[in-house]
Amino acid sequence: MPVPNPSPDPSPDWSSEHPIWNPTAETLPRAAREALQLERLRALVGRVARVPFYRDLFAHREIGPHSIRSLADLRRLPFTTKDDMRRQHPLGFLAVPRRDLARIHGSSGTTGKPTFVAYTAGDLRIWSELCARFLVAGGLRPEHTTQVAFGYGLFTGGFGLHYGIERVGATVIPAAAGNTRRQIEIMRDLDPEVLICTPSYALTIADAARELGMDPRALPIRFGHFGGEPWTEDMRREIEDQLDIAAFNNYGLSEVIGPGVSGECAARTGMHLQEDHFLVECLDPETLEPVPEGEPGELVITTLTREAMPMIRYRTRDIARLYREPCPCGRTTTRMSRVAGRTDDMLIIRGVNVFPSQIEEALLRVEGTTPHYLIEVSRPGTLDEVHVKVEIHPEIFSDRMDRMQAVCERISREIQTVAGIRAHVDLVEPRSIERFVGKARRVLDTRGLSERDS
Amino acid sequence: MKLQQLSLFLENRPGRLDAPLEAIAAEGINILTLSLADTAQFGILRLIVREWDKAKRVLEQAGWVVNLTEVVAVDVLDRPGGLATVLKILDGAGLNIEYMYAYSLRRGDKAILIFRFEDPDRAIQVLLDQGLHVVDGDELMSVAAA
Ligand SMILES: [Zn+2]
Repeated sequence: MPVPNPSPDPSPDWSSEHPIWNPTAETLPRAAREALQLERLRALVGRVARVPFYRDLFAHREIGPHSIRSLADLRRLPFTTKDDMRRQHPLGFLAVPRRDLARIHGSSGTTGKPTFVAYTAGDLRIWSELCARFLVAGGLRPEHTTQVAFGYGLFTGGFGLHYGIERVGATVIPAAAGNTRRQIEIMRDLDPEVLICTPSYALTIADAARELGMDPRALPIRFGHFGGEPWTEDMRREIEDQLDIAAFNNYGLSEVIGPGVSGECAARTGMHLQEDHFLVECLDPETLEPVPEGEPGELVITTLTREAMPMIRYRTRDIARLYREPCPCGRTTTRMSRVAGRTDDMLIIRGVNVFPSQIEEALLRVEGTTPHYLIEVSRPGTLDEVHVKVEIHPEIFSDRMDRMQAVCERISREIQTVAGIRAHVDLVEPRSIERFVGKARRVLDTRGLSERDS
Repeated sequence: MKLQQLSLFLENRPGRLDAPLEAIAAEGINILTLSLADTAQFGILRLIVREWDKAKRVLEQAGWVVNLTEVVAVDVLDRPGGLATVLKILDGAGLNIEYMYAYSLRRGDKAILIFRFEDPDRAIQVLLDQGLHVVDGDELMSVAAA
């Protein structure tokens, strides 16, 4: 992952070109923010005593507001997992009486049953404020028209962004997801400057425009805020190139609020976390110890202000890096990288945590490698061995053996740099790696199998 | 005088040569010579055929990654010191040999070697100046037909 490297000298008119929605909150000096976080954390620990799950855990560990003397005491608090939420289905995590709820959303689970997330009227006000912050950071102005092609419904994306745009004072077209031809017709009729959807849907829109015989670059959209699924820098370049727009990333998850946890500013050096409302830790998913700044780890989020369903140290299973050095935009908040993977995808190779996305990133650095690769992990003796199969491509093929070996070594070096492991690179014939519809299978880990065999 | 050589990428597993050679044979294209350079993981198959453009199309359509390179065929006396003489000439002229292999057929007391040079045009000039015989495509084909 490229380490954000903001220019040390922002242009003098940066602030007038790039306004900040809530300057007080977003440019708070660190000490002031930490004092605010500490006060809110202490109050939170008192408030969650109304949730049986936390009440029991806290009673067992003798934890109360008195236990929180500094922000470091956060580490004395227990974690909350998605499984904990499932066990409290449907609304066991409510910290307010049911009558105080204003809205209930849900996250789609792979198991079928949604996990419900409840909001008070106060939660909804904060949520739209948080969406307004990243929308403005990424260029939204009151005079803009915005097409929201996110799903409206239990999914938090549609309504979250909708009210954020209204909060800014811009115009919303709630087009909702799907019916791509109609999306394009709406764009041609109403000239929205801004598009909101998942990154993959942005590319679907570009494809559909071409199928209709139109140039997607000629559509009125000038920039877009994309989220709701992990994506890569490569995909950003694709979207920006195909639609001739600027593409901004934002992050959130319904378990803690929905979109609005963080989002990019115009400097695009990571997504600014809204730290007056969330305490964000970056931990090694195995040891649960903090990782050094700038290293990848699992994001663990504590909601400081949520009323209906506060979360203590919620394990997002999302892997990202945190950067605390100042951003040229003037915001003082910590920034997070793109989500580089899920802890579920993590491989532990000779004690090193490795994500398939890191291998992909290493391959992207070598021109002419295809996006088709397979990571094979085995343990022939006592040590783990990694083979990365990469399909040959005309750009890297040569009739000279020394050049071919140099390509393998180059890929191997990039993998060592990005992922910190030594891998054997096996070039394979075109189309020899199995194609999957939807989510590709990138890893073949036979270590467990060989253990069972022996 | 240069020859067009096709190179294609193959994984190193048993029987891997069969498919591309069959694909070419099915089109009635004659293979004049082939050589294989390989490592434990993969190999590079180098082919000289009569109709290289057609062969390239056939192979590419069947999904192989193919590249086209110019090589030079040279007559070398097939006796001790025969190759050394040629190498000495090339070395003396500062010509880099990327790789070389022997043509599958010989002609009397001569063997034909295929050279891949960084600069084939200058190599040909040097070889001709030194009185060596550079074999062109038609001649190579007549050797094959004989
Ligand atoms: Zn910034």
